[in-house]
Amino acid sequence: MKLDSKIPSGPVASKWDRARFENKLVNPANRRKFTILVVGTGLAGASAAASLGEQGYNVKSFCIQDSPRRAHSIAAQGGINAAKNYQNDGDSIYRLFYDTVKGGDYRAREANVYRLAQSSVSIIDQCVAQGVPFAREYGGLLDNRSFGGSQVERTFYARGQTGQQLLLGAYSSMMRQVADGGVTLYPRREMLDLVVIDGKARGIVVRNLITGELETHAGDAVLLATGGYGTVYYLSTNAVNSNVTAAWRAHKRGAAFANPCYTQIHPTCIPVSGEHQSKLTLMSESLRNDGRVWVPKKQGDSRPPEQIPESERDYYLERKYPSFGNLVPRDVASRNAKQACDDGRGVGESGLAVYLDFADAITRVGEDVIRMRYGNLFDMYNRITDEDPYKVPMRMYPAIHYTMGGLWVDYNLQSTVPGLHVLGEANFSDHGANRLGASALMQGLCDGYFVIPYTLAHYLGSTTLPAVSTDHDAFKEAKASTQARINTLLSVKGNQTIRGFHRKLGRIMWDYAGMARTDAGLRTALEEIPKLREEFWNTVSVPGDQNNLNQSLEHAGRVADYLEFGELLVRDALNRTESCGGHFREESQTPDGEAQRDDEHFSYVAAWEFQGVGKEPVLHKEPLVFEEVHPTQRSYK
Amino acid sequence: MATISVKLKIWRQDGPGKPGRLVDYTADTVSTDMSFLEMLDVVNEGLIKKGEDAIAFESDCREGICGACGLVINGVPNGPVRGTTTCQLHMRSFKHGDTITIEPWRAKAFPVVKDLVVDRSAFDRIIGAGGYVSFNTGGAPDGNCLPISKDVSEAAMDMAACIGCGSCVAACKNAAAHLFTSAKITHLGLLPQGQPERYTRVVRMVDQMDAEGFGNCSNEGECEAVCPKEISISGIARMYRDYQKAALKG
Repeated sequence: MKLDSKIPSGPVASKWDRARFENKLVNPANRRKFTILVVGTGLAGASAAASLGEQGYNVKSFCIQDSPRRAHSIAAQGGINAAKNYQNDGDSIYRLFYDTVKGGDYRAREANVYRLAQSSVSIIDQCVAQGVPFAREYGGLLDNRSFGGSQVERTFYARGQTGQQLLLGAYSSMMRQVADGGVTLYPRREMLDLVVIDGKARGIVVRNLITGELETHAGDAVLLATGGYGTVYYLSTNAVNSNVTAAWRAHKRGAAFANPCYTQIHPTCIPVSGEHQSKLTLMSESLRNDGRVWVPKKQGDSRPPEQIPESERDYYLERKYPSFGNLVPRDVASRNAKQACDDGRGVGESGLAVYLDFADAITRVGEDVIRMRYGNLFDMYNRITDEDPYKVPMRMYPAIHYTMGGLWVDYNLQSTVPGLHVLGEANFSDHGANRLGASALMQGLCDGYFVIPYTLAHYLGSTTLPAVSTDHDAFKEAKASTQARINTLLSVKGNQTIRGFHRKLGRIMWDYAGMARTDAGLRTALEEIPKLREEFWNTVSVPGDQNNLNQSLEHAGRVADYLEFGELLVRDALNRTESCGGHFREESQTPDGEAQRDDEHFSYVAAWEFQGVGKEPVLHKEPLVFEEVHPTQRSYK
Repeated sequence: MATISVKLKIWRQDGPGKPGRLVDYTADTVSTDMSFLEMLDVVNEGLIKKGEDAIAFESDCREGICGACGLVINGVPNGPVRGTTTCQLHMRSFKHGDTITIEPWRAKAFPVVKDLVVDRSAFDRIIGAGGYVSFNTGGAPDGNCLPISKDVSEAAMDMAACIGCGSCVAACKNAAAHLFTSAKITHLGLLPQGQPERYTRVVRMVDQMDAEGFGNCSNEGECEAVCPKEISISGIARMYRDYQKAALKG
């Protein structure tokens, strides 16, 4: 396997122009001859399907939900970055590029990030034109707010529902194409295998989740926009049906998986309340614009917050990082919350929480303004915890939120399997080892609206693609092996629940490959995961049969894949003995507890090649070259 | 944290068009901090352990925004708390010993798929009929070239907040989809971007809504009362006005 990143030559600012000029095109009249299979309908998948449908390609769109509008992008709250400099505060494409490379702790590809920053301005224009109701100022112009890791206001938002509004914009464009016949919708389909013919991705196997039938679909290219793998930790802010299955099955068919150990732990989530918990709820990072994070100075201080005087509170982010204060990047905020709790100064019943306090902001601007800014978030917090954040500080603890790793892609978003392109959170390319807030929406829409339409045309225009049909042996083989896996799951007939296994796996991942990782812990995980996998295949109970809606079977298939994937994540974390961004190896920290990179040995993308379940994968390295931003110890002080 | 037990009567139906029935279950030692769906997760775990078919119900984000969940709880969509999706309902809203009846959305245009799962694809087709601004990717003017007053933008956002869950249809004795359809029509109809297609949009979306088999509006406001996003029925009046204007325009 050879990793060719295909980064265009020349200065960073002109690479994308150059690529677009040099890329092959497909004549408008020829586009309908190409069938493009798009899996996933989040921001990346929906924007890609809509844009390609508009261009005249024959697009088939697949999603596991009953409607494409429910993809988990919908839950993104806070906002989307764009280098518009509307606030006249010194923003520029170069500054957004710089902040993102630095925020990612110098583990992202410069060329990709620059293109992302360039496209960011078009994304806002595009969404406004679709009728996305972004927040506005009284003069009628677009409003901005700040997000972590930046000292300018460049985040556009629609109350606390930015992801929803952006997704509904992309979804409405896609539905217009569905009505016009450019896009055919296949909801309630789960991709279970990738079909590779003559070394190229030519189709997929999906299970119709209503009838249980295994369907095969042939095409000229496959686009995976299937999101991240956060639910390998069981508890995360992801939707409960989010999964790694499509990406993992593609990995097993030859797509390299890059940097799986880069996971993002979001600092402000509602703490766990008990064993029954099925998911964690995030409270937007935008809250840190007005909320102040603190814990008591004294260990084990169990007084209610209002009885702890100002002088006995430690606003530790403001104290340690005076220039960024409460708006430090997520990895830094999360680690500090963990340190405060490990130090015995955590709050709440479990001691695993810190306060996020709005009292000062309410005094400064009034409750009405705070309600306008964050009303829906405060309501959500109140519903879940039964506490009123207008009166008492929120309790927050970090939780798994986003995964920066994903299938390896080149500059054109193509994986190591020609024809298989990967978009959005499912790929690895733009966020390095830590994603800045309000950058995920930007990346998803950038990939779908403004990158793939050009790079896919290049692939189609420069590749010989003989017609294939689903009668081809490769389709039959993929379908048969998918069926065999389903048969095995149904035939175990043990007495252990699927959720029980998922919970146990999540526990291993969180304990040993969570916020802090050590050599010994990771090695323990490498012993425990295969044991759990074996137990799963011997004792799991998957009731019902294949031929109707069977949510137990769906969940079992996803957990089975996680029991393989989790091992890869741990291996990657073990291999990377440095700390960077969200990947914190306790052995590698600065004297004041910050992540200590090791550029000499680890300035590379780790791309893993599958060798078989339980077999050690082969590591391929793509060196990271920094021509513009000089890697330094990240400082937010 | 308190613990309660509750009796459940849950609609079980093997598939579309098959007969269904209410089946009795008990949920013991339910923490009042649990969400309603987590309580059902626990019931399902018990069934799976016994090798019995789990109760099918939908959910995904479990934070009240994706619109996948939605159950009729004691006769009311999403249960006793106003402005809440089913996934955001918590067991602290119930008392020890309560009997809770759980049914799917019931509407001709939302056929039952299995147990508590219904087919809401009619909503997608209503959006496909006109719930968009016809604008291809690329070539958009600068986002700030079109100032929109804050009031208008906020009013549009109030309507755009719809999550497409179908509670409005489930609450309506006519199974009408007027609240859903009018929310999109009003969101786009208020904004300058939506003006060029304003009248073709309303006709196409309303016609599609009728073709899907949703009922008519008799103005009782049950939709607004159960809407988890508290979307106002004022949009329905606007939808009628625009539809009439469109008819006059021909």
